[in-house]
Amino acid sequence: MSPELSQLIFGRLSLEAIPYHEPILVATFAMVALGGLVVLALMTKFKVWGPLWRDWICSIDHKKIGIMYIVMGLIMLLRGFADAVMMRAQQAIAFGDNAGFLPPHHYDQVFTAHGVIMIFFVAMPLVTGFMNYVVPLQIGARDVAFPFLNNFSFWMTAGGAGLVMVSLFIGEFAKTGWLAYPPLSGLLQSPDVGVDYYLWSLQIAGIGTTLSGINLIATIIKMRAPGMTMMKMPVFTWTSLCTNVLIVASFPVLAATLALLTADRYLGTNFFTNDMGGNPMLYVNLIWIWGHPEVYILVLPVFGIFSEVVSTFSGKKLFGYASMVYATVVITILSYLVWLHHFFTMGSGASVNSFFGITTMIISIPTGAKIFNWLFTMYRGRIKFEVPMLWTVGFIITFAVGGMTGVLLAVPAADFVLHNSLFLIAHFHNVIIGGVVFGLFAGINFWFPKAFGYRLDAFWGKVSFWCWFIGFWVAFTPLYVLGLMGVTRRMNHFDDPSLQIWFQIAALGAGIVALGIGAFGVQLLVSYLRRDQLRDTTGDVWGARTLEWSTSSPPPDYNFAFTPIVHDNDAWTDMKQRGAKQPMTGFKAIHMPKNTAAGFIIAMLATGTGFALIWHMWLFAGLGFVATIASAIFHTFNYDRDYYIPADEVARTEHARDGNSLASAA
Amino acid sequence: MAIASTNANGAPVFYDNGDHHPQQGTLLGFWLYLMSDCLMFAVLFAVYAVLGRSYAAGPSGADLFDLPIVATNTALLLLSSITYGFAMIAMQKNSKAGVLGWLAITGLFGLGFLSLELTEFAHLIHEGAGPWRSGFLSAFFTLVGTHGLHVTFGSIWLVTLMFQVGKLGLTHENKRRLMCLSMFWHFLDLVWIGVFTFVYLMGVLP
Amino acid sequence: MSHDHHDNHHEEGGYHATYKGYLIGFILSVVLTAIPFWLVMGKVLPSPRVTAFVILGFAAVQMIVHMVYFLHLNAKVEGGWSLLAMVFTTALVVIMLSGSIWVLYHLNTNMMPSMDPQTMRNMP
Repeated sequence: MSPELSQLIFGRLSLEAIPYHEPILVATFAMVALGGLVVLALMTKFKVWGPLWRDWICSIDHKKIGIMYIVMGLIMLLRGFADAVMMRAQQAIAFGDNAGFLPPHHYDQVFTAHGVIMIFFVAMPLVTGFMNYVVPLQIGARDVAFPFLNNFSFWMTAGGAGLVMVSLFIGEFAKTGWLAYPPLSGLLQSPDVGVDYYLWSLQIAGIGTTLSGINLIATIIKMRAPGMTMMKMPVFTWTSLCTNVLIVASFPVLAATLALLTADRYLGTNFFTNDMGGNPMLYVNLIWIWGHPEVYILVLPVFGIFSEVVSTFSGKKLFGYASMVYATVVITILSYLVWLHHFFTMGSGASVNSFFGITTMIISIPTGAKIFNWLFTMYRGRIKFEVPMLWTVGFIITFAVGGMTGVLLAVPAADFVLHNSLFLIAHFHNVIIGGVVFGLFAGINFWFPKAFGYRLDAFWGKVSFWCWFIGFWVAFTPLYVLGLMGVTRRMNHFDDPSLQIWFQIAALGAGIVALGIGAFGVQLLVSYLRRDQLRDTTGDVWGARTLEWSTSSPPPDYNFAFTPIVHDNDAWTDMKQRGAKQPMTGFKAIHMPKNTAAGFIIAMLATGTGFALIWHMWLFAGLGFVATIASAIFHTFNYDRDYYIPADEVARTEHARDGNSLASAA
Repeated sequence: MAIASTNANGAPVFYDNGDHHPQQGTLLGFWLYLMSDCLMFAVLFAVYAVLGRSYAAGPSGADLFDLPIVATNTALLLLSSITYGFAMIAMQKNSKAGVLGWLAITGLFGLGFLSLELTEFAHLIHEGAGPWRSGFLSAFFTLVGTHGLHVTFGSIWLVTLMFQVGKLGLTHENKRRLMCLSMFWHFLDLVWIGVFTFVYLMGVLP
Repeated sequence: MSHDHHDNHHEEGGYHATYKGYLIGFILSVVLTAIPFWLVMGKVLPSPRVTAFVILGFAAVQMIVHMVYFLHLNAKVEGGWSLLAMVFTTALVVIMLSGSIWVLYHLNTNMMPSMDPQTMRNMP
């Protein structure tokens, strides 16, 4: 084969791309391969492939897609957490002559991958999964507005995650930090494939996220049950609406900015180069215009989860519904006016810094209002400390402290000292773990019975909570101390031995969190094994307040045999209090969308194209791009996308549920 | 389509009778996509605003831009917007032939726009003023080029829809798709207003 | 299909396109395009800054013409959500553009104080 042809087909991919010489990676690969083979063998043994393809991969059901997002997020949490453990271990031992076990070129990939995975492939999928599962049920709808697009969005996100995982074993990942600032991420300083893996995985996942945002906004606006006006929507639906507005209004900025960096790397343009008229600071400016709304995308849904949990387990209507809605909307708008606080030290000067410092402080106010509303809801309520409520109380304490350190950083003069120190790292982990992660575990414990028909084991849930709560504080309080002492982030080695004790304590904290994750795994397993004892047949295991609890657990494919008519907030509580009974006759055929493989196929072609582009395999990249577009166009020629569930099948499903003591729950 | 919330006795009704159909979300969803596209273009405009004078000792807009060609392109795009509008009127009248005819003319105007733009780009590159020459030219080619890419995809979509309308007629689904493409096409003309004003006309000013 | 008959009760998409509407939009657009081209190509106004503001103003007006006459945007389409989405998007575009220009201008001034714009343009 001529060298030109070989170049066209294989690009810069060669056997050297496989990291034989890195023992950690070789060991990881061995474990993954072994574990993977075991899983594949078991799946074949239990003949799971057919149902997996038909009922899950090709599913356009929002409930199944929501579960797949959450499963993916939890799997990626394991890798992101492994990265964290590696960093804590390295920083605990690497002092003076001890170089540790992670040289800089490896350590840099670890912290970059940790950030990218945790934000894009753990937090976002988990949050998206919850919104996907819960929102249609909460508004009395049968699915989202665009079910096929929903499936496609999930597989695009999965494709992006796949590329990040592949980078572990073929080639390398970016060494630039999770936001990949140029000029370090430019062609001159990072000529290798790492930044390209970063760019293409985020572009592909970003398309999925943006489309999902459009989907959920259209769903919430157009598909609410009759009588559910905007101000009668559940708070979780409100926060989901605002979150998806933020997604649709911010992800295009990320896509454009990453595309410009891609152009610099692939086409030799001069957007962010140091010379030829480029301006690297422009990247920083643009990426944070996306970056700040992004953190609100992560946190607003969990604020909604906490609202649902607090009102349910206090046995009371949420205090200050209207002010919660206004606070959420205000946060949404204000999140576009604060972005410069991420780079006060860049040199825009006092007037610019003051403006953004003030707006940053103002944005903390609506969040504070929300915390007061949760506390006032709990006040004089009859509180049940089920596991979701534990996570909520843990959140209120932890997040409030994290928020306060944020207000501290909002002062430009303080930020000049603390920018990119470990204080900053502690702050954002404080709010992301205390806020987003705690909220996600609250949500998992809260809605698991709805999705699977049995509760999660409470004992192991409490073990998991306490390990996470204590582990978090043990891991990150030292980082606040170190940050105030002036220690910088992203360092793999230190010369000052007096710092070491703090890093050792932090490593201990990480170990305690690991126990928490382990306990969560045990919780899942034990609950599955004890599922008959933990079974819920009422559909309303907590005595909750919103419409999703009026369905069976798990809900039927069509969600509602008859669309509920809503009269008040907390629609399900209203129905229970006024003795609403679902009719058991007069069922009609239900119009449903068909499952399809098209979303999976198009997304995998796009992912393959991304891989080819990363390795400069231009022939495959071109073919892949054409195939992706062609398969999308081909799909539009398919007009046969729906079917009807016959009325008698609906009747049978509903009567089977009725036999499981439904009526007595109302 | 109101569903009664109380029955004949004044008691509240909590379930519909199975006839409830959710509203169609396609047009709103597509509009939201256009808003997201608008923000993507806004980033490119912001980049052009910041880098638009970074000539790196190379050629400037005044040196390179040929305003009569830009005026011709503007005219082609504006005419294509009108012809698409006529296609929509034909759709309202359920005239399949009218729709196909006006779509074809729209497509031709679109192709005219694209060929003129590609010729302009080729000429600039030939003169050594390619996107790699300076920050200004990177911003120029990316902004104008991205707009051109959108017109390209719109044209492919237009041809696809012509096949689909030709084959299946003006069904509800096809009418929805025609309305979405209508929004897309007019939106591209709207973005072009920004392009010819902010890039070309202002780029020529000292 | 039972849902076919629903849409005959109202116009598809809630608007009614007319020849008159498109022609008015067309003529307005031609005028609003021709004037800026004339102002720039003819170097009509003495100050380039004033020219820039004027043509930007014309562009803004023409965008509104397109939104009204071609995109049929009004407060009734999709229950007002289309207009709300557009207003919100416009606000964000203004924030992004003005914010970026402001920040980067200050940055360049602070970080390269010896450079005036003319010199900056001609650095390789």
